[in-house]
Amino acid sequence: MNQAPPTPVVEMRDISISFPGVKALDGVDFRMFPGEVHSLMGENGAGKSTLIKALTGVYGIDAGTITLAGDRVSFSGPAQAQAAGISTVYQEVNLLPNLSVAENIMLGREPRRFGSIDWRAMRRRATELLAGLNLDIDPGSLLGDHSLAVQQLVAIARAIDVQAKVLILDEPTSSLDADEVAELFRVIRSLKEQGVAILFVSHFLDQVYEICDRLTVLRNGKLVGEYLVDELLRIDLVQKMIGKELTTLDDLEQRARSVVVDDSDAAVFVNAAGLGRRGAINPADLPIAAGEVVGLAGLLGSGRTEFARLLGGIDRADTGELTIGGTPTKLRTPRQAISHRIAFSSENRRDEGVVGDLTVRDNIVLALQADRGWFRPIPKKRQDELAQSYIQALNIRPGNPDALVRNLSGGNQQKVLLARWLAIAPRLLILDEPTRGIDIGAKAEIQKLVFNLAENGMSVLFISAELEEVLRLSHRIVVLRDRHVVADLENDGLTVDSLLALIADGSVESDEPVPDVAAGASVAAAGPSTGSGHDRSQPPTDPTNPTIEGGAR
Amino acid sequence: MSALLARIVAHRLFWPVVMLVVLLVINLVAFPGFFTVSVRDGHLFGSLIDILRNGAPTLIIAVGMTLVIATRGIDLSVGAVAAISGAVACSIILGSPEPGSLATVATAVTVALLISLVLGVWNGFLVAVIGIQPIIATLILMTAGRGVAMLITEGQILTVNSPPFKFLGSGFWLGVPIAVIIAAVVFGVAALITRRTALGMFIESVGINPEASRQSGVRARGLLFVVYTFCAFCAAIAGLILTANTAAADANNTGLFIELDAILAVVIGGTSLAGGRYSLLGTLVGALVIQTLVTTVYTVGIPPIATMVFKAAVVTVVCLLQSPTTADAFSGFRRRLAVRAGKGVAAS
Amino acid sequence: MTKLIEAPARPEQPAGPGRGRRGSGTGPGASGRNLGSGIRNLMTSPKYGPVMVTAVLFVAVFVIGGVRYRGFFSGQVFLNLLVDNSYLIVLAVGMTFVILTGGIDLSVGAVVALSGMIAASLLQSGWSPATVIPLILVLTSVLGLLVGLMIHVFKVQPFIATLAAMFLARGLCYVISQSSISITDPTFVQLAVARIPLGGGLSITPSVIIALVVVALAVWVLHATRFGRTVYAIGGGETSGLLMGLPVARTKVLVYVISGFCSGLAGVLFTFYTLSGYPLTAIGTELDAIAAVVIGGTLLTGGYGFVLGSVLGVLVLGVIQTIITFEGTLSSWWTRIFIGVLLLVFIILQKVLTARRR
Repeated sequence: MNQAPPTPVVEMRDISISFPGVKALDGVDFRMFPGEVHSLMGENGAGKSTLIKALTGVYGIDAGTITLAGDRVSFSGPAQAQAAGISTVYQEVNLLPNLSVAENIMLGREPRRFGSIDWRAMRRRATELLAGLNLDIDPGSLLGDHSLAVQQLVAIARAIDVQAKVLILDEPTSSLDADEVAELFRVIRSLKEQGVAILFVSHFLDQVYEICDRLTVLRNGKLVGEYLVDELLRIDLVQKMIGKELTTLDDLEQRARSVVVDDSDAAVFVNAAGLGRRGAINPADLPIAAGEVVGLAGLLGSGRTEFARLLGGIDRADTGELTIGGTPTKLRTPRQAISHRIAFSSENRRDEGVVGDLTVRDNIVLALQADRGWFRPIPKKRQDELAQSYIQALNIRPGNPDALVRNLSGGNQQKVLLARWLAIAPRLLILDEPTRGIDIGAKAEIQKLVFNLAENGMSVLFISAELEEVLRLSHRIVVLRDRHVVADLENDGLTVDSLLALIADGSVESDEPVPDVAAGASVAAAGPSTGSGHDRSQPPTDPTNPTIEGGAR
Repeated sequence: MSALLARIVAHRLFWPVVMLVVLLVINLVAFPGFFTVSVRDGHLFGSLIDILRNGAPTLIIAVGMTLVIATRGIDLSVGAVAAISGAVACSIILGSPEPGSLATVATAVTVALLISLVLGVWNGFLVAVIGIQPIIATLILMTAGRGVAMLITEGQILTVNSPPFKFLGSGFWLGVPIAVIIAAVVFGVAALITRRTALGMFIESVGINPEASRQSGVRARGLLFVVYTFCAFCAAIAGLILTANTAAADANNTGLFIELDAILAVVIGGTSLAGGRYSLLGTLVGALVIQTLVTTVYTVGIPPIATMVFKAAVVTVVCLLQSPTTADAFSGFRRRLAVRAGKGVAAS
Repeated sequence: MTKLIEAPARPEQPAGPGRGRRGSGTGPGASGRNLGSGIRNLMTSPKYGPVMVTAVLFVAVFVIGGVRYRGFFSGQVFLNLLVDNSYLIVLAVGMTFVILTGGIDLSVGAVVALSGMIAASLLQSGWSPATVIPLILVLTSVLGLLVGLMIHVFKVQPFIATLAAMFLARGLCYVISQSSISITDPTFVQLAVARIPLGGGLSITPSVIIALVVVALAVWVLHATRFGRTVYAIGGGETSGLLMGLPVARTKVLVYVISGFCSGLAGVLFTFYTLSGYPLTAIGTELDAIAAVVIGGTLLTGGYGFVLGSVLGVLVLGVIQTIITFEGTLSSWWTRIFIGVLLLVFIILQKVLTARRR
């Protein structure tokens, strides 16, 4: 079962795909063998979904070849890929909630008699398939009436009905609970024994290590490598996903660390106690002092963005308490957060950040103006001053306040977004991946800016997938994994390696048995940073947690 | 020089203005005295003045519609609101002992406008609070509104004999038709309020990127109430002018199809139905294009009633020009041209 | 000292705040449910709920009418609902296809008028009905095809594309003639006056038969063909449909062809009813058709609804009209207000039912 047959069922060679302004995939090789579970790993923008869509015929490829079971193929649509034996279950369940379960399984190849759909045959076949998945539901019921987990299994039933050679599961577990995941894994194993090649994409490392035989790592549209899961330590995997970038701002790093000592006395500006939201982030604590830069480290899907969104009022927390400046507060809208001088700068610059068809000036004054209300316009002269001053301070190019933001480069759009938030003079600035997808110069400028802001007393919550950046800028680093906060450390002697270790193995799921290997690795990996960090949220009753800094607790 | 030309061509009002000029030239050819404006009894007369006067109601509604469309919405109920306001005003005037007195007319107009505000708030409520798609939400009032208007007129065509009321539709002030002056005031007020306050920026911001606007603290709900109420208010003003013009409230026919003309004016003026950036100036040009088209059809001697065929043609052309498919095809064509030109250079 | 925090000893938070209720691993079949909860499920389902409400409403209104007015509770009154509204039934069938995909067709009223005008003028100049009727159906289908292409290929919003078609059709009516043209063709007259006895003094017209055939065909197409299920699939989620490999493009264009065809046919039926063509006829009929479809339980966002629901919607509109006629003192404009109120009620009902599900 585990020995890979010599010929891969899927072989993609030298695949390149470009979108306007972005090279999404750059010369990537990828292969899958029959009867194996393969995982595709990578952070935001790594090119995972693009590769999957190339394989399933949703995107055409600009260069490269795709071979399926020995034949060169080129799909012009998902239907063709499906006919060739590549079935996909997408992350967002791409089924039709308004139709019956049976139809969702069979539509497109429904049995017909005399030109009519043979409903009885269809139901019979659907029942068989569902039984094969141990799913006991009425095939005539509406899909939308079932839980997401059941819908997911229905999607799989659809996928395997086509005698698929390749089954792609794109984050099938992100909304499932432990039992449902176990059920899914049982199905995956049985399909694997039937010789199906399964591509399993997940943010959850535990799951990848539990079910997968082999994995391919992508980063920034390029192939990092293909590895056997058994031979790759978690910490190495995370390192390969995140990558290492040459340290360009050593002086900043030094300075950040030099101030780390005195911040523990500063007044706490925002304090989250057990703040959480179902399906997004488990209840977690986070105090942020004035003038403190707190870094959130964790993989995509670890809850880093979800937690920040609660603090920025973008989503509502359903548990826990938030105290701002000593007063318990509930944030229901971003507007309320802004009135408390909390600014949230989204990672999704295009959809949630800049307003593309407005000018640079309008984008910069937007939040400030919204806070004042529409009937108290900021005088034109003042708007120009604001725009000019931020254009100069942040070096926004082109420096024309009347330029439309959508015509600016990514880095400059990011700076415009920053300017919008700086204009409201925030006391807490939440930056979610502010340096993603922008050039190195703009990146350095933004990093420098964050540092200067904190020196002037602004609190900053900084999220980045690049650990060097987090280390360089943060006074304190909070590590998240699988929607839990797993560590809260002073940035004093922390290294990329120690962070990687925490991200890879730091959490212990409360309701799952601890895999021995993982636990062992976590202890070992945590070793190097022992004595340098400090944990604020540790329950005081825990005898195994001697703290050395008395200031915080 | 050519750079300047390119910039002029690229301006979003370029094609609407060209359309307007072409229509005017056709008229001039067909009817040499077309541009003549004469003064009779101290009033301005002439085809151009007619275009302005007859186009005024459409323009007024189109101004309100522009703001609604900029928020990604649409208001189908304007025709019905116009009919209701006309019906309300006429029934009040008819019911009063002194239909000719200024006070009566002032009351009638005020009540009609106030009712329109209620109707606008209703549309705003359905869209902003209940969250019904704008087309559907305003369809309700579009359907029921004419019934309500008929309820008010009791199914009759209410003819009023009230000089001050008639003045609204066909009067002159300083030689200029009152309808034109009202339209200019509505246009000016809308432009001033949206551009001198931050309202215009918020409307565009919400229309372009609702989520980014929300995260920036812009309250879309209040904004939607404002634009739908303003649009209904504009519709009521237009309804009063239309009713005053004929001195009769006809619940069935006042403002019939005017929602379509108004939407058309907005679209011709370059404001996208997908919401976002709007141009009131463009809407002005759009409304003039429509009215000139109607006039042209008259002067050229086509049965006036066939105007709708021309409107259909205009809608189709404008939509196809705005379509992303066309834009792609164009840019593909241009790229191929460029490639060919490049090859040509290389070869020579 | 770096220490790991123990994960909070809570069970894993159930995820998925969004779509779908969780954990409803419904038992085998519906057999386990008791009757009461079965009915409640039926009434709160976005699929059946609105139709059930409409059915109850229709029966209630009909019973109220029967109690209040003498002679209301007769078979012929019911059959007359079909006779008077056969063209609207055909229109509503076409509109159902369009709305099921999440689109809308504003041109149907104008196309009814146009096909009436074409019929009247061609018959006047001596064409045979055997040529005229097929020609009308082809022309209106082609108009629908153009609209569909505009929507699908050029990504024009259905609202605007069908608005252009509405202008075009209405304008062409005036081009044909500005006044009413009466129809004297013997076949048409024959079809207009013919009654088909059903026994017991009851009778219907040929138009009713045609409308019912259209309804039956539509039910079959929507229920039992891949095209029909694709119509539903597009309304449920166009991208999902595409990813499932369904012929989305072709289907999206075809629904407008069907709507065009139905409008043309409805126009012909309407001329059987009026025996004339008049350019101002059927203004606002598109609203009646949309209202019938919505009241009949089809979601305006697409994906849920039945042709039979739309027929029921037409009957509700018809019975309200009949009651107003019987009442005598109530004037006709109340119809419009009632339609508006019903629209509002059903749209909010849809909103509530779908919000609860999602």
